[in-house]
Amino acid sequence: MSKPVIATTSLAGCFGCHMSILDIDEKILDLIELVEFNKSPIDDIKHFTKQCDIGLIEGGCCNSENIHVLREFREHCKILVSVGECAIMGGLPAFRNGIPVKECLREAYLLSPSVQANHEYIIPNDEDIPMILDKVYPCHEIVKIDYFLPGCPPRAELIWEALVALIKNRPMDLPYEVIKFD
Amino acid sequence: MAKIVNFTIDGKDCIAEEGLYLVQAAKNNGVYIPTLCNYEGIKPKGSCRICTVRINGRLMTSCTTPISDGMKIESNTEEINDLRKAIIELLFVEGNHFCPACEKSGNCELQALAYRFKIMVPRYPYTFPQRRVDASNPKIIKEQNRCIMCKRCIRAIKDEQGRSLFAYKKRGHKSEVVLDPVLGLQMSDELARKAMAVCPVGSILVREQGFIQPIGTRKFDKKPIGSEIEMSQPTK
Ligand code: SF4
Ligand code: FES
Repeated sequence: MSKPVIATTSLAGCFGCHMSILDIDEKILDLIELVEFNKSPIDDIKHFTKQCDIGLIEGGCCNSENIHVLREFREHCKILVSVGECAIMGGLPAFRNGIPVKECLREAYLLSPSVQANHEYIIPNDEDIPMILDKVYPCHEIVKIDYFLPGCPPRAELIWEALVALIKNRPMDLPYEVIKFD
Repeated sequence: MAKIVNFTIDGKDCIAEEGLYLVQAAKNNGVYIPTLCNYEGIKPKGSCRICTVRINGRLMTSCTTPISDGMKIESNTEEINDLRKAIIELLFVEGNHFCPACEKSGNCELQALAYRFKIMVPRYPYTFPQRRVDASNPKIIKEQNRCIMCKRCIRAIKDEQGRSLFAYKKRGHKSEVVLDPVLGLQMSDELARKAMAVCPVGSILVREQGFIQPIGTRKFDKKPIGSEIEMSQPTK
């Protein structure tokens, strides 16, 4: 039987959830035995080369590129998992929700004390730059998400237990200590 | 002496003094009924409905219902727990609860209830309401993004003349629980600390006290809310 294939991505996240995946320590060797990785920053495969079994999504959707990548994951993965608070509810980037985009951009590029070299006084507008969305969206408000692993980041044990349960097709029995929102 | 009455919770035989509120009567028998707006020592309000149980077939709040003889109570059932979860999820989406950045995380009762019920994601869409932070008081910060309007602070935090330091402002979906700007200025350090402790979430914060407790040592890091009641020996 061929190994299950995993893909991962970080949308509007900080890569902390990916760090937490690596935090399974030496079990990473078991993981490599159990699964094959496709598109993921872990192996630096940039484009899907096949259909995958499990997609792990870190981060919510703050711009048009995040939406594009998320939809691509939905098309290529049988199971999609929102990993971490940002994927689940927007997380810290969603602090801007409720503040008009214009105000956010003006603050970031024009008004903030750390803005020093923007002599032309422009807000970046190159067409190659993804459009920022009106607010940060939780992933499940954009595509169907099958499972949710909360935490900031989710504890390594939670990610491990969930992955093994999915791969081996057995129910998850999670101890109290691993389900945390911080 | 008050009369002793018999009742059952989920089939378990219990006894209590007649007239005790059901939450308390259950607790004395080692049964935890989840609560949120209720706070021991202050008058119950019955506003959050988390403590809903089915008594002799009817849904009622156990923090406001006095116990009487022969009551048959259902509490830990799939139907009732789902009602409770729905309320918790609504509270999460209707405010801005950014747990990773909250000073009360780990000690928050709303979060602890979500942990206890293993809520991984709310079933409702997030509303991201626009709320403000009132940092005008020298002792405390009132974080409106997190207030669940349980009114515990209004009921518990009073000055020597019995005046509430917190009060309702505005109406309908714009309602807010605010600190009285004048009475708030006379708040003692002790009262400020009490206010922070009374608030189930991170809406009342004593200045310079955030994040002082390391992760792993906070109230709900290791043990679910209510487990201390379930572990306790019934007091009969
Ligand atoms: S500030 Fe805290 S105690 Fe007061 S109503 Fe809001 S949530 Fe309840
Ligand atoms: S605890 Fe009983 S209604 Fe809130």
